[in-house]
Amino acid sequence: MDDLYRELILEHYRHPRRRGRIDHPDISAEEHNPLCGDRVRIDLRIENGIITDARFDGRGCAISQASASMLTEEIVGMPVEQAKQFSKEQLLALIGIPLNHNPVRIKCALLPLKTLKVGLYGVGRAPDDDEM
Amino acid sequence: MTANASLTLFDIVTLRREFPILNQVVNGKTLAFLDSAASSQKPRRVIDCLEDYYRRYNANVHRGIYRLSEEATFAFERARGKVARFINARSQREIVFVRNTTEAINLVARSWGDANLREGDRILLSIMEHHSNLVPWQMLAQRTGAKLEFLSIDGEGRLALDNLDAQLEGVRLVAITQQSNVLGTINPVAEIARRAHAVGALVLVDGAQSVPHMPVDVQALDIDFLAFSGHKMCGPTGIGVLWGRRAILEQMPPFLGGGSMIKVVGLHESTYADVPARFEAGTPAIAEAIALGEAVDFLQEIGMDRIYAHERELLGYALERLTEIEGLRVYGPRTTEMRGSAVSFTLEGVHPHDVAAVLDGEGIAVRAGHHCAQPLHAHYDIPATTRASFYLYNIPEEIDRLVAALRKVRTLFG
Repeated sequence: MDDLYRELILEHYRHPRRRGRIDHPDISAEEHNPLCGDRVRIDLRIENGIITDARFDGRGCAISQASASMLTEEIVGMPVEQAKQFSKEQLLALIGIPLNHNPVRIKCALLPLKTLKVGLYGVGRAPDDDEM
Repeated sequence: MTANASLTLFDIVTLRREFPILNQVVNGKTLAFLDSAASSQKPRRVIDCLEDYYRRYNANVHRGIYRLSEEATFAFERARGKVARFINARSQREIVFVRNTTEAINLVARSWGDANLREGDRILLSIMEHHSNLVPWQMLAQRTGAKLEFLSIDGEGRLALDNLDAQLEGVRLVAITQQSNVLGTINPVAEIARRAHAVGALVLVDGAQSVPHMPVDVQALDIDFLAFSGHKMCGPTGIGVLWGRRAILEQMPPFLGGGSMIKVVGLHESTYADVPARFEAGTPAIAEAIALGEAVDFLQEIGMDRIYAHERELLGYALERLTEIEGLRVYGPRTTEMRGSAVSFTLEGVHPHDVAAVLDGEGIAVRAGHHCAQPLHAHYDIPATTRASFYLYNIPEEIDRLVAALRKVRTLFG
């Protein structure tokens, strides 16, 4: 438990960095975790193949919301092609959750990445956790 | 705790020894299992009963002429009789073994529903139903053109019955839970059944949360169907019960086709067995049914009245102590009156998943989420709640630990 609620996650949960919406975003995607009712929407501004702005909105547990905060912070300035390759291992390393943690909580952590990929790939189906 | 009506603390300590799983350490703390509304723990004798079947008399039922099969059949049918007496059914022919509450309700929707409902017929439900007593009716409505109507709830989480008679107009079936798995509310099922019968509607009761926790008498309630699950009442998973009035069951077409449910099979058509075999196609969950019978014996030896009284004391203590936590809101009735011991709550500023994760770190098992009742959570405009639920083996000390752990959540999340 204590390794899950480290200061970094609590800090991002209390003070999310890029919470909000983008007016007329180039890409907008929303995904849900039906298990716990977590919801994350990510809006992106894309110019010349680069993500120039990213905002997230939603509600859910500290893990999913802190993960969204850290992910959107990370991808601003990143080429779209690079963001498409952003892996779940990279995300978990970024937020500091061990890969072998409770799979239910891993799902919470991965929800923002799933949302990002649905937006970037523009597909109707969200990728499974092991496809990311 | 009072000694006469309910279980004494001495009884509980003895009783807890019957549940091997409770005597373990989780995350460095003794397990406090507060999630019996999702699935209860099993006493040793139920676990032994499963093993005994597989070790000693494993054989298919209603088939073999040999000794083992006879013994298995006898034990299986004896379990049916135990379940029948447990809910005061008129006959053990009224007991259909299914997998769980969900399957029992789907059986009625598919069999009775498809045969009897037409476009424009109404089904009356409530907004507090578990998805298992909602989605099968949505699917039936899509197949038949029947319409779903809903009873709402008041500020205390009790059914709003002021307009019941008006809402019953054109209703062919009322499907209602006896006890909400989120709010704990115990609904006045007998009263609803009386008024539903006055307009010729049938009444199905979802007993998943009530049958394990209080005396349920289908004749006294005067209902038509009762569905419940074995695994929430100290029995195994994979076994559940549909009780139905025999006269109604006998008029219903089969649910699943296959072995056991037939009389004579030709290449192009077959005739069907009498109830309950008509609804029990294929090899049933034999060991599980027998072990459910053992669980029923176990509960009856303690007494459902005493179990109810014990849980009521735990509930009263929990409701009182939870008010100490700042920003905590309990959903459902504030008193123990007509209320079961599932206590769902939110903690301001903290997501239920985070609450449950911190509690897990203290060895306390609770459920977080929508508890398969999304419309009810939408009614309160919340995505999820944390739920602590109690059973015969829980003790006040576990509520003290819950409260202490919630204080820790408060500190952690500010």
